[in-house]
Amino acid sequence: MSTLHFAVMAPFIAALVVLLIYKITRRIHTGWLILPVPVLLFVYFLGLIPSIQAGNPVHEVLEWIPSLGINFTVYLDGLSLIFTLLISGIGSLVVLYSIFYMDKNKEAVHRFYIYLLLFMGAMLGVVLSDNLMVLYGFWEMTSISSFLLIAFWNHRDRSRYGALKSMLITVFGGLAMLAGFILLYVMAGTFSVREIISNLHTITDHALFIPAMILVLLGAFTKSAQFPFHIWLPDAMEAPTPVSAYLHSATMVKAGIYLVARLSPVFAGHSLWFWLVSATGLVTLIYASVRAIKQTDLKALLAFSTISQLGLIMSLLGLGSAAAYFSGSVDTLIYTKATTAAVFHLMNHAIFKGALFMVVGIVDHETGTRDIRRLGGLMTLMPITFTVAVIGAFSMAGLPPFNGFLSKEMFFTAVLHAASMEFWNVETWGVLIPIVAWIASVFTFVYSMILVFRTFTGRLQSDKLEKQPHEAPIGMLIPPVILASLAIVFGLFPNLLSYSLIEPAMASIHPSLLQPGGFNVKIEFWHGWTPEIFMTIAIIIVGTLLYFLHGKLAVLNTALTRKLSLNHLYDWGLRSLEGGGRSVTKSYMTGSLRHYVLYIFVFFIAVLGGSLLLTDHIRFDISEFAPMSIYEAAAVIGLVVPAIVLPFVRTRLMAIILTGAIGYMVVLFFVLFRAPDLALTQMIVETVSVMLFLLCFYHLPKLKREKVAMSLKWKNLLISAGAGAVVTLIALAASSDRAFESISEFFVKESYTLAGGKNIVNVILVDFRGFDTMLEVMVLGIAALGIFALIKVDSGEGVLGKREAASDLHLPNSNDVILRTISRVVIFIVLAFSWYLFMAGHNEPGGGFIGGLMTTAALVLLSMAYGMDMTKNIIPVSFRRMTAIGLMIALLTGVGSFLFGAPFLSHAFDYFDLPLLGETELATAVLFDLGVYLAVVGVTMTIINSIGRDN
Amino acid sequence: MELYMALAIGVLFAVGLYQILSKSLLRIILGTSLLTHGVHLLLLTMSRLKTGAAPLLGEKAAAYADPLPQALILTSIVISFGVTSFFFVLAYKAYQRLGTDDMEELRGREDE
Repeated sequence: MSTLHFAVMAPFIAALVVLLIYKITRRIHTGWLILPVPVLLFVYFLGLIPSIQAGNPVHEVLEWIPSLGINFTVYLDGLSLIFTLLISGIGSLVVLYSIFYMDKNKEAVHRFYIYLLLFMGAMLGVVLSDNLMVLYGFWEMTSISSFLLIAFWNHRDRSRYGALKSMLITVFGGLAMLAGFILLYVMAGTFSVREIISNLHTITDHALFIPAMILVLLGAFTKSAQFPFHIWLPDAMEAPTPVSAYLHSATMVKAGIYLVARLSPVFAGHSLWFWLVSATGLVTLIYASVRAIKQTDLKALLAFSTISQLGLIMSLLGLGSAAAYFSGSVDTLIYTKATTAAVFHLMNHAIFKGALFMVVGIVDHETGTRDIRRLGGLMTLMPITFTVAVIGAFSMAGLPPFNGFLSKEMFFTAVLHAASMEFWNVETWGVLIPIVAWIASVFTFVYSMILVFRTFTGRLQSDKLEKQPHEAPIGMLIPPVILASLAIVFGLFPNLLSYSLIEPAMASIHPSLLQPGGFNVKIEFWHGWTPEIFMTIAIIIVGTLLYFLHGKLAVLNTALTRKLSLNHLYDWGLRSLEGGGRSVTKSYMTGSLRHYVLYIFVFFIAVLGGSLLLTDHIRFDISEFAPMSIYEAAAVIGLVVPAIVLPFVRTRLMAIILTGAIGYMVVLFFVLFRAPDLALTQMIVETVSVMLFLLCFYHLPKLKREKVAMSLKWKNLLISAGAGAVVTLIALAASSDRAFESISEFFVKESYTLAGGKNIVNVILVDFRGFDTMLEVMVLGIAALGIFALIKVDSGEGVLGKREAASDLHLPNSNDVILRTISRVVIFIVLAFSWYLFMAGHNEPGGGFIGGLMTTAALVLLSMAYGMDMTKNIIPVSFRRMTAIGLMIALLTGVGSFLFGAPFLSHAFDYFDLPLLGETELATAVLFDLGVYLAVVGVTMTIINSIGRDN
Repeated sequence: MELYMALAIGVLFAVGLYQILSKSLLRIILGTSLLTHGVHLLLLTMSRLKTGAAPLLGEKAAAYADPLPQALILTSIVISFGVTSFFFVLAYKAYQRLGTDDMEELRGREDE
C-alpha cells in the first residue's frame, strides 16, 4: 500500500470516521472536521508536480485478484494529475463553502459530508486507476454518490426524480462501458490501460475494435451529459448548490472527458473515433447553448451551460485525435493544439463555472429564489458577489483578459484547422465546424450576459423576494473569490499552467507523438490580428444585439414542443417499463399457492419428461433388477394403499394416522434395503412428527369436503399423475443406466483407513462431509428459533383467544398410573440406549443424530407421563442454550484443525490403551458428533417445549 | 424390485402433489411429507437395491449397499423434520390468528 493508494482511500476512511464520531462532535460543523482531507490531498498532489513534469509517473501495484488480471494499480501521470488537483482543489473550496451553505441545525450535515467524501474517494479512484475493472468500480461509485447527493433533500419529489434519472442514465452508460472494457480485455488480454496501449497492434485490426469503441463512448457520453444523454444534468440541479458546483460542473461530469482522453492513445487515429467524439461534442455544444438562453432558473441556465461547455471540450478532444493520423510529421502539431485547448479549457471551465455556481448559491441563499424574472438590482447590495459573477461570466463568454478568452481563442484555432483537414471525409462537412463553433459561442455570450445582468442590474423587485437580500457571510465569499482570482491569473499568465500541467497531460494523451523533450506548449495572451480575434469581436457585436433582442424574439424563448422532447421520451419509457412490468407480474403472481405449485410442476414435467423423451433415456432394463419376495410385495402394497386412500379420508386424525403409517412403511423399506441408520432415524422422526401433528392440529377444524370445480380437480389430478409418471420414469432410467462410476467406492474403501470408522454412513456425515452436517444442524437450529419466535412473539389476540388456547394446548398430561410406572423404567432404558447409539455411531449403526433424537424421545415420554413442569424440574437446562453449545462444539472442532495447519473440519483419530476399557479409539470426529448430538436434543426439545407450552 | 419401487415412488409423488394442490393447510403439509418420503425412496432406488450388506465394515461382507445415498437421505430426513415442524407451527398459528386453514381465504389481497 503506497502513499498514492492511501490518498485514494483517505476520503473513504474519513467518511467512516465521520460516521463514528459525528454524534460526539455535534457542536462543531462537520465540514470543519473534514476540510483538512481535501486540503492535504491538494497539497500532496501539488507536491507531485515536479516529478510528473520531469516525466516520472507514479506507478504502484496492490494485488487484488491477480488470477483474473484485476489489481488495484494506481498510476499518476500528467492527465491524472490535473484531475486529482481539480478534485482536491475544488473539493476544498466546496467544503469550505458548504460549511456556510448547509445549516448544521436544520440539515443532516454528517450525511451530506459522508456522501461527499465517498464521491471524492471514488472520483480519485477513477482518475488514478490503471486497471479498467477497478476504474469501472469507482466509476459506478461516483454514480451512486451522485445519486445520494442529488436526492439529499429526499422529501422533495423533484429531487428523487432527478436522482433516479441521473442514476439510470449514467449507470446504463456505465454498463455499456463495462462491456467495452471486457471487449478490450478479450482483444488485448489485459485490463491495464498502459499494457493495452503498449500492445496496440493486437487490437487495432480486431473485429471487436469498433464495438468496444462505441460501448466505451456510451459510458463517456452519458457521464459527461452529451447529447442526447444530457437530460439528466438539468434535473440533477435539485442537489444542494455545493454539490452542483463540485460534482455536476467541475469533476464528475468530466469523468467522461477523462475517459476519452485516457483512451485516446487506444482509439485515436480511427476516423470513427474522430467523427463520433467531435460531432457529438459539437452538437451538444450548440444545442445546449441555445437551450441555455431559454432558462429562467439560474441553476438550469448553468446546467445547460455546463452541458454546452462539456460538448466543447469533448469536440476538442475529437479534433485533437486527428493528430494520430500522422505520425512524426510536423502536421501533427497543428492538430495537437486542439488537445492543448481541451486540457486548458477543462481547467478554466472548472474554475469559472465553480465560481458561477457558488455565486448562484449565494443569490439563492440570500434572496430565496433563483428565478431571473424575480431577480434584479442586486449589484449594490452584493458588490463582491457581483464582481465574482462578472469575472466568471466574462470568462465563460470568452472575453479578455480572463482565462476563458484564451481557451476560446485556442478553440477557434482548432476548428479552423479542422475545417481544412483533407482526410477522413472532413472535406465535405469541415466548413460547418467553425460555423457551428461560432454560433454556439454567440449563444454562450448571450446566456453569460443574461446570468450577470438580469440578476444584478435593473430594478430590485423586493416585493417578489422572500428575504431582504444582503451580502453573504465572508466564508461563503472566500471560495468564489479565490476562483475568480485564478480566472484572472491564468488569463494573464497562462504559462503558469502550460509547463507544469498541460505538457505532461499532452504526453499522456498523445504518447505516440511524444518528441524528445516533450511537448512544447506556449500559450500567448496576444497573438496578433488573427482570424480568431475577429471571430471574438464579431461574437461581442452579434451577441450584444441578440441580448437586447432576445426578449422580443419568440423563437428563442419558447421551449421545444413538449411531446417531442427527450425528457418526455424518458418519462414515457420509464412509465411504460414500470407499468408493463407490473402488469406482466400481476398476471401470474396471483398470491395463490396452488398456482405457484402448478407452475413449478408443469415446468418440471415439461423439462424433465421432455428431455427424457428427447434424449432417449426411457429404459426398462429389468434383467439386472433385484428379485422381489412375497413379503416385500406386501410391503409395497402396504405403502401404496394408505397413500391412495389418503385423499379420500375426511377426518383429520385418520389423515394423520395414514401419513404416519406411510412413514413407518418407509422405515420398513430402509430395513429391507440395508440402511440401518436410516431406519433408526426415520422411526424416531416419524414418532416425534406424529406427536407434533397431533399437538398442533388438535384445534384445526374437521377436513371439509372441498368445494372444488370438477375441471380444477381434473387439472390437479392430471398434473399430479404426470409428475408421478415422470418421477417413475426417472427412477427406472437412473437405476437401469449408469452414466459414470459412482464415487461411493471411495468412501467404502477409505472409511476405515482415513477416518477410522466402520459405519460408512456415519463417517461420511461427520468426517468426509462434516461441513454439510454442520450447516444442516444450523438449519435445524434456525427452524427451532423460528418456531420459538412464532409461538412466543405473538402480540395480538388470536381468533381463539388466549385463554382458550392455553387451556387446550398442552402435552396430554396423563394421569395414567400404568404409563407412569412403566415410563419410570423405560426412560432409563431409552436414555441408556440413546447413549449407546451415540457412542457406537462411528462403527455400528447410530451416531449423534440418532442418539440425539432417541434422547429427545425419552424426554418426551417423561413429559407425557409427568407433565412438562416436572420435566423441567428434573432437567433444569435451557434447551436453546444447549443448541448453541452444541453448535459451538461442532464449530470449534472444525476450527481446531486450523491449529494443526489442516483445513477446516479435518479430523484425527488414534487408538489408545486405556485402563479398564482396553484398546479404545479416540477420534476428534466423536467430539464433532457430540456437538451434533447436543444441538439435535436442544433443537427438538425447543420445538416441542415451544409448542407444548404455548400459552 | 426396482420396477415396483419406481411405481410406488410415482404414487407417493402423485398423491403428495395432489394433496399440496388442495386448499386445506393440513393436507398441504401432509402432502409435503409424502413428497419427502418419495424423494428418499427415489434416492435409494437410484443406486440399485440389495447390492450387498449394510454399509458397516464390521460385517466383513463381499459387497456393501451404496452408502452415499444413505448419507444424503439421513441429512434430508433431519432437515425435512425441521421444516415440517416449522410448517406445523406456522399452520397452527395461522389458524389461531386468522380462524381459517383454507388457502384461498388466507391469500393476500391487494389492499393489504
